[in-house]
Amino acid sequence: MSDAIITVEDLTMGWGEVNLLEKASFEVERGEVFAILGGSGCGKSTLLRYLTGLDEPKGGSIYIEGVGKPTLEVGRPAYGVMFQSGALFGSMTVGENVAVALNEWTDLPHDAVDAIVRAKLRLVGLQGFEHHTPAEISGGMKKRAAIARAMALEPSLLFLDEPSAGLDPVSAVELDELILTMSDGLGLTVVIVTHELQSIFKIAKRCIMLDKKTKSIIARGDPRELRDKSDDPRVHNFFNRTTEST
Amino acid sequence: MSATPKREPAFQVEIEEAGGPLIEVRLTGTLTFLDASSLWSQVRARISPKMKEEVRFDLSNVTSIDGGTMALLVQTKWDLQEEGGRCEFTGATGHVQKILELYEGDAKLNKRPKQKPVSIIAQIGQGTYDALIELQLVFAFLGRMLLALIGVIRRPKTGNWREIAPLMNRTGADAVPIVLLINFLIGFVMAFQSAVQLKQFGANIFVADLVGLSISRELGPLMTAIIVCGRSGAAFAAELGTMKVSEEVDALRTMGFGPWRYLVFPRMFALFLVMPVLTLLADLVGILGGLLVGLLSLDLTVVAYLNETRNALHMWDIFQGLIKCGVFGLAIGLVACQQGLATSGGAEGVGRRTTAAVVTSLFALILLDAGFTMLFYVLHL
Repeated sequence: MSDAIITVEDLTMGWGEVNLLEKASFEVERGEVFAILGGSGCGKSTLLRYLTGLDEPKGGSIYIEGVGKPTLEVGRPAYGVMFQSGALFGSMTVGENVAVALNEWTDLPHDAVDAIVRAKLRLVGLQGFEHHTPAEISGGMKKRAAIARAMALEPSLLFLDEPSAGLDPVSAVELDELILTMSDGLGLTVVIVTHELQSIFKIAKRCIMLDKKTKSIIARGDPRELRDKSDDPRVHNFFNRTTEST
Repeated sequence: MSATPKREPAFQVEIEEAGGPLIEVRLTGTLTFLDASSLWSQVRARISPKMKEEVRFDLSNVTSIDGGTMALLVQTKWDLQEEGGRCEFTGATGHVQKILELYEGDAKLNKRPKQKPVSIIAQIGQGTYDALIELQLVFAFLGRMLLALIGVIRRPKTGNWREIAPLMNRTGADAVPIVLLINFLIGFVMAFQSAVQLKQFGANIFVADLVGLSISRELGPLMTAIIVCGRSGAAFAAELGTMKVSEEVDALRTMGFGPWRYLVFPRMFALFLVMPVLTLLADLVGILGGLLVGLLSLDLTVVAYLNETRNALHMWDIFQGLIKCGVFGLAIGLVACQQGLATSGGAEGVGRRTTAAVVTSLFALILLDAGFTMLFYVLHL
């Protein structure tokens, strides 16, 4: 029996007359790094918005920890989210960004919150940066700070939207290692939207690939196996960076 | 300033019209973007999209060409084809052929669907639809805000109260100099204008009554609200709009707190608290502006002017101004936050919503002011 932390059934997503995905179903298992792949504009980030409850799907169901339809703003969140831009609050310092959810959802005294903030920033390699504002740190550091913020309440599930986009190769590899460390060491389930192939092969245990033309999931499984064994030219082209006719 | 010296084009265009159904355009030399304007005018002077003859561009003597000039030649070909004419490129080799292929000069014309002009009826329909969608957004905002307000009233600890003091500093303390200056000048100008008339009747002293009453009942709250709208309303809309487009509002939502109790309520509450204080200051300096005119041009004494003002004003005159400005503060905060959170589409969207926030707030202020005036009149207050 599978131990699914996320179950998606017959999901249809889009807006107005336009559908990006129709009747798609998949599961994310507890403790795995799960990648959502596909070409630009196929709806990867939109799917992430549905999974996190930011937008309402046109049809179908999403269950997180067995509970239907993720609801926001009604209590302590069950998961953390890192947005593509980091989305750190510009009016706060890095430390305050991490402390926001702790102050809101716990009764911890100020010094305990500070200790947790420092520990989270240490975890992502940003020790000593708690008093810097987001404008004073680099793009890679912003993403790390955003992960620390998403991790503040010890979630068991983390959503990451294109974490390595726009990073230099070394920072991207460091971020991959951080995600692996968190997943292996903390037993965290990570759902990641990306098209960085190196990153996918390194960290993702399973993946799904969305296709804009057919509005469906055209591949699912271990990304390394899909790269080596898939007969589907669309999947082959994606994983092997080729443009052979489909 | 010296003008850029005019350069000779590095190409030649020869157009051969045999008199038959074929026109041959022979291009020679190097075609670079620096000569694009000259090429375009020379070719277009002779080759009209409406012409019926077949046009052939001979590129065999072109030694070099860049993308910009190729784009112009290809566009000429497509314009001819769109009108039903025939056109082709010949003689291209090597680098020229590669650029020709890159710019699809050898491809068939993909006819672009012509956009039909939108009729006035359709424009009115679209405008009405957009207005209804906007109205729906406003009602959705108010509904969600009401739910959040009930939540905060039931659990006051969930309110973002810490934000209120810095917001009051930004919207109140920082606005004091401009509020003082504008309202002093308003009192000053109003006293001057009225003094000219009242002097004729020997009623100089009544300038104090006029200035005191109009400032405390009407102009003090209204001018203060307009200043706050321009400063803080615009700032709130731009701030929240930027947070919305940079996903900061989404980040807040995924952390379990909605923008209403975290962003909207502190702003509205801060404005509600600072507006009466600013209005009291506005009333005071407005009266001082009138006093200055009384001293300088009406031969009144300080004591006489202030005594007349005290006799003319009742507590209710000041109090009704404070009621108005409290409501004005809430309205400015509400409109600015609603517009800010409705932002989409990047920097341009932020600008559009900021403008809309100021315009809508001003409109709302005038409407509310008229409503209060009618209400107080009907209630004989």
